[in-house]
Amino acid sequence: MRTAEALRMALEALRVNRLRSTLTMLGVIIGVLAVVILVAIGTGAKNAVEKEIAGLGSNIILVVPGQVGLGAAPTQSRLDLTDVAYVRRVVGDPSKVTVAVNSGESVRVGRNEVFATLTGTDENMQNIFDRPLRRGRYMTATDVDTRRRVTVLGSEVAGKLFGDVDPIGRQATIAGVRFRVIGVYESVGSTFGVARDQEVHVPVTTAQRLIGLPRINGIAVGASGPDEIESLQHKVVAALDARYPDEKFSAVTQTQLLGTIGTVLSMLTGVLAAIAGISLLVGGVGVSNIMLVSVRERTKEIGLRKALGARQRDVLWQFLIEAVLLTTIGGLIGILLGVGGALLIQALSPVPAAITWWSIALAFGVSVGVGVFFGVAPARRAGRLDPVVALRSE
Amino acid sequence: MTTQPPMTSPTAFEAIGLTRSYDLEGVSVDALRGVDLRIEQGEFVALLGPSGSGKSTLMHLLGCLDRPTSGILRVGGVDVATLDDTRLAELRNQTIGFVFQSFHLLARTPALDNVALPLVYRGVTRSERRARAEAALKAVGLGHRMGHRPSQMSGGEQQRVAIARALVGDPQVVLADEPTGNLDTRNGEEVMNLLERLNADSGVAVVLVTHEPDVAARARRQIHVRDGLIELDSRSRTAPAGETTEGGAG
Repeated sequence: MRTAEALRMALEALRVNRLRSTLTMLGVIIGVLAVVILVAIGTGAKNAVEKEIAGLGSNIILVVPGQVGLGAAPTQSRLDLTDVAYVRRVVGDPSKVTVAVNSGESVRVGRNEVFATLTGTDENMQNIFDRPLRRGRYMTATDVDTRRRVTVLGSEVAGKLFGDVDPIGRQATIAGVRFRVIGVYESVGSTFGVARDQEVHVPVTTAQRLIGLPRINGIAVGASGPDEIESLQHKVVAALDARYPDEKFSAVTQTQLLGTIGTVLSMLTGVLAAIAGISLLVGGVGVSNIMLVSVRERTKEIGLRKALGARQRDVLWQFLIEAVLLTTIGGLIGILLGVGGALLIQALSPVPAAITWWSIALAFGVSVGVGVFFGVAPARRAGRLDPVVALRSE
Repeated sequence: MTTQPPMTSPTAFEAIGLTRSYDLEGVSVDALRGVDLRIEQGEFVALLGPSGSGKSTLMHLLGCLDRPTSGILRVGGVDVATLDDTRLAELRNQTIGFVFQSFHLLARTPALDNVALPLVYRGVTRSERRARAEAALKAVGLGHRMGHRPSQMSGGEQQRVAIARALVGDPQVVLADEPTGNLDTRNGEEVMNLLERLNADSGVAVVLVTHEPDVAARARRQIHVRDGLIELDSRSRTAPAGETTEGGAG
């Protein structure tokens, strides 16, 4: 018997038992749907985080005191501005080193008040981080050197405080001290839950006086190219370790962050896909069950086919193709619904979703495989039926 | 196909010391206890016997649906003991056409596809299957019913479809198991006429199992089976001269 013939027979059998075939497929459809959607969400989350990290700027090395890890508590810093000058000498290009000191402060304009992240930094910040201005100007070396009370606002802070009014040149009170707004950043979104649009940048010298501590929280170094990152990273850490032998310093790069987060999110996606895969397996058990029922129900038909000259393998093939067809059609429907569902989630909810070809290929492959795996036992049973017994059954 | 029986053999069936016993819950039951039988090509034979006599078992053995426990059975000259299941299925497909009491048609399949079914397992192309099935349906007088499903046909018509299916593969023998058992007198008569005509026209041997004396009387040879043995093997006097079994079509 030709395969095309077996395929035709199987399609016919599925068509005849339309409701049962649909219900059986439903298990596979839901399983595949779940795999495609969950992988899409996992991948979407990973892409979003990677985009955030990449959105910081390129080739950035963040130097912080202590051992750094994701979620590790910040170590009390003993770095100050003299250390920044030291790192500038080590790096060689002063414009490629900037500084950050952070504090949560309230910012007020008239009756409007918001809570913002005060970040003291310097005129080199924009050389390293990707922070385009919407209006006004960046702070200058003079602003830093003379401890001017000037500020560049994050887009969200500016919007909440000033509404539609142009803030440039106006006054804002930060922690009780009056500052003049010299610029507003473009909206850049958040990184690691740090809402960068809620930041308020002031000269680092002014910030230290405002906070009352001469410390800084970290140093950022910009490498001139990806090849330079690793050597520069080691150079800076080694220099700081040499300066403070009893302390530890860490330098993390975007690549390292991307690697760590990527691994975690990939694992998460894998776990989600595996859970969804279990439901696909359950769908396969359903297929097996229905095929066994079908074989029993069609015992007489099998007996007749055998009497007319069907070989064992002809009957086996017929039922196996039927099972595989069930799961394959179910898989295809599940993929279509899954892709549609992922696009819908992407469009209608803040959850990012990204469809990957491998999840679709995997879901399809698994559904075909499930059909073969769970179809073999019923098909073998059908193939082995004794024609005399089968014909006699009523 | 590899199992095409040698056409030189005139003997449709040859059984020597055929036995068949079943194991029923640990008890061995002998359904056939040593049957010797020759059926030549072109014969018209009735197998008679009360239920439990072994005639159905004999029928299954002749139809290659089952294997003997001991003894020799040659179908179309081929010793079935030498064949594995696959070759046996092929022999069945090539040599034997079945007609069952309850027709055994695929319920949701049109007559034409029902008739063409044996050819599917012979690897015949679709267009050729169609042509041959059409011819077979016309031969049983159902040329106008080709697209009908079994449920749209009378019992007599269904049995004629089944006979067309038995003939489509050009078998040497048609094995008919109570072919009129589910039919009224008129339709039964029609089916018997058809079988008779096919036997006379195409020389296909017909072996029918029945317990109806008037049906059996229409066969030229009656084989009575009782207690797993052939009790009586008689030839009708009415058989025209020259069509005796020994001189049968070959």
